[in-house]
Amino acid sequence: MQHLLSAADLSHDEAVLILDTAAQLAEVTDRSVKKLPTLRGRTVVNLFFEDSTRTRISFEVAAKRLSADVINFAAKGSSVSKGESLKDTALTLEAMGADAVIIRHGASGAPHRLAASSWTGCSVINAGDGTHEHPTQALLDAYTLRRHLAGGSGDLSGLSVAIVGDILHSRVARSNVLLLKTLGASVTVVAPPTLLPYGIDSWPCSVSYDIESVLPRVDAVMMLRVQAERMQAAFFPSALEYSRLYGLDIDRFNLLPSHAIVLHPGPMNRGMEISADVADENRSVMVEQVANGVSVRMAVLYLLLGGMAEVEQ
Amino acid sequence: MSSQVLRNVRPYGEEAADIVIEDGLIVAISQPGSGVGDVVFECAELIALPGFVDLHTHLREPGREDAETILTGAQSAALGGFTCVHAMANTSPVADTAGVVEQVWRRGKETGLVNVRPVGAVTVGLDGTQLAELGAMAHSAANVRVFSDDGKCVHDPLLMRRALEYVKAFDGVVAQHAQDPRLTIDAQMNEGLLSGQLGLAGWPAVAEESIIARDVLLADHVGSRLHVCHLSTAGSVDVIRWAKARGINVTAEVAPHHLLLTEELVASYDPIYKVNPPLRRIEDVVALREAVADGTIDIIATDHAPHPHEDKDCEWAAAAMGMLGLETAFSIALLTLVEPGMLTWRELADRMSIAPAKIGRVLDQGRDLKVGEPANITVVNPRLRTVVEPANMASKSRNTPYAGMDLPGQVTHVFYAGKCTVRDGVLA
Repeated sequence: MQHLLSAADLSHDEAVLILDTAAQLAEVTDRSVKKLPTLRGRTVVNLFFEDSTRTRISFEVAAKRLSADVINFAAKGSSVSKGESLKDTALTLEAMGADAVIIRHGASGAPHRLAASSWTGCSVINAGDGTHEHPTQALLDAYTLRRHLAGGSGDLSGLSVAIVGDILHSRVARSNVLLLKTLGASVTVVAPPTLLPYGIDSWPCSVSYDIESVLPRVDAVMMLRVQAERMQAAFFPSALEYSRLYGLDIDRFNLLPSHAIVLHPGPMNRGMEISADVADENRSVMVEQVANGVSVRMAVLYLLLGGMAEVEQ
Repeated sequence: MSSQVLRNVRPYGEEAADIVIEDGLIVAISQPGSGVGDVVFECAELIALPGFVDLHTHLREPGREDAETILTGAQSAALGGFTCVHAMANTSPVADTAGVVEQVWRRGKETGLVNVRPVGAVTVGLDGTQLAELGAMAHSAANVRVFSDDGKCVHDPLLMRRALEYVKAFDGVVAQHAQDPRLTIDAQMNEGLLSGQLGLAGWPAVAEESIIARDVLLADHVGSRLHVCHLSTAGSVDVIRWAKARGINVTAEVAPHHLLLTEELVASYDPIYKVNPPLRRIEDVVALREAVADGTIDIIATDHAPHPHEDKDCEWAAAAMGMLGLETAFSIALLTLVEPGMLTWRELADRMSIAPAKIGRVLDQGRDLKVGEPANITVVNPRLRTVVEPANMASKSRNTPYAGMDLPGQVTHVFYAGKCTVRDGVLA
């Protein structure tokens, strides 16, 4: 594997390998000197065409803990807004000797273009592209689920996970549906019909419009950020109605089985898709997700930049 | 002018004959070997058809001469077997005045390669709010008969009604780009299972079909002539079929790429496959082919849309929509319709020459191959296969989706008003 563009690129064994590797690398984080020499001399570029402080920092910390040199490249706009084109940016980074490019881009498929083009020979890691995918988020969610619900090893067979919110515009949802399926979990997406993509019936998940009927039978619920602006495009009538019908408040939280956990990729809209008291529940694992994000991204960098070949042998 | 003989050529793929051309006309069709003339073209096994007429071409001049000029577009057209093209109005400035259409017409004439017929914009600046001076364009030297805001839909139903009514005065036709703008905000590809997976905003079939349904009813109500550009869905075919059965005066076109390519190609995120309307499902491709065969779709029109390299060498969302079409249209029609036995050579001549000339009211084009008719003739070799090489194209742009494909058929010789514009597959 040279690139990580989509959660669909990962086989069951590769996904489990990444999670296992992340678990080993997580131990580094508990040491007083949080650093491994693994990627010394390798250059990793954070190429962010969209602002995302938390994802960028997560990758930066991950790369630095593996001793890679990290360059943060915040590209102003894309070729859409007449800034420098993706192509010229890629050629520039190639000339500077980057080994991996972590790309966040507003256009779906931009990482695929980068990987398939002759513009660069680097490993390309998709850190979120448009409304397409965000595979490392799905990996960190899977890692979190595994720790809490599957004893921290193997896959997620038998687990049931609900994903609630703006599925249509969510790259997190797309990657999670694919990866959770690969790892053996069953997924139910919950949203108003307007926020489900056309053709959702053919996705490897079930669909519900009723959050309360789903919550009692899941092991975890993943709440997605819903932008209040969506109501301007008639996806739902008002933020208040959305919150009333699909938000996770404490009454709905209490419908969950007692072992179930709550995830959210952040940033949260407290009061919109999740109420403040639920967000602060100790079965809400958002802060842990952030920490796990670093471990999982360390694993991805480690495996892509040479480690995968060794492990496979 | 000296006389030319097409020796042993098969008109419409039928019995071989000699066709003699003199002073821009077909002066004799006689037994093979009997024709006499100054220049002889050996045409054994080659097929003669009336010169192709394209009702939908983007020549980009004026304004985007970096993508195409009227000259390079005319060269591209000639190599594709065309003797007439209709230059779409979405140039800069827009072809919405008599001045601009006359300029395009005159520049076309200078090429001497094809008849360049300007299409006039329906609304000022393609803005969809105020009718352009359709009468002035119709009565100009360019003699415009086809009006279109192509690239944009005449969305306002009242304005569309008025345009349909107004063009009746000079036997014009409104060629509609059927796309409901509200249903296709930021649309990137066909809306379906794949668009959901790829995270690309969908361009639903209903956005095309609902406008066509509205427009055929409007055309019926006001008793005018409607032409629908680039049909791309099976549902659109159903609507047109219904309208024709009802006796509504509507004609429809399909672009070659919609007869061959499907949306699966978009999964590569390679913008070479980005086009408007988008590539659809295989079910749509099949329905479109059947509709050309049964005459529901009247014509094949290229929607030749040149774009400079940088507008395709980028991420999908940033890329321009459109594909080259002139130099490959015949091969695609051969591959998708003639070779599978869905269309005879006479029917192909109808869909690519006779019917489009009629819709565009181009009187001296799309004529039968008969003595006394203008010598607009395309001679093709259906046996020769070619691998598409973008660098070899006459178009100034390279955005063909067929690069590397081994396609059947060669346009061998082309005669425009008796003048040989293409000989042995190259510009004469």
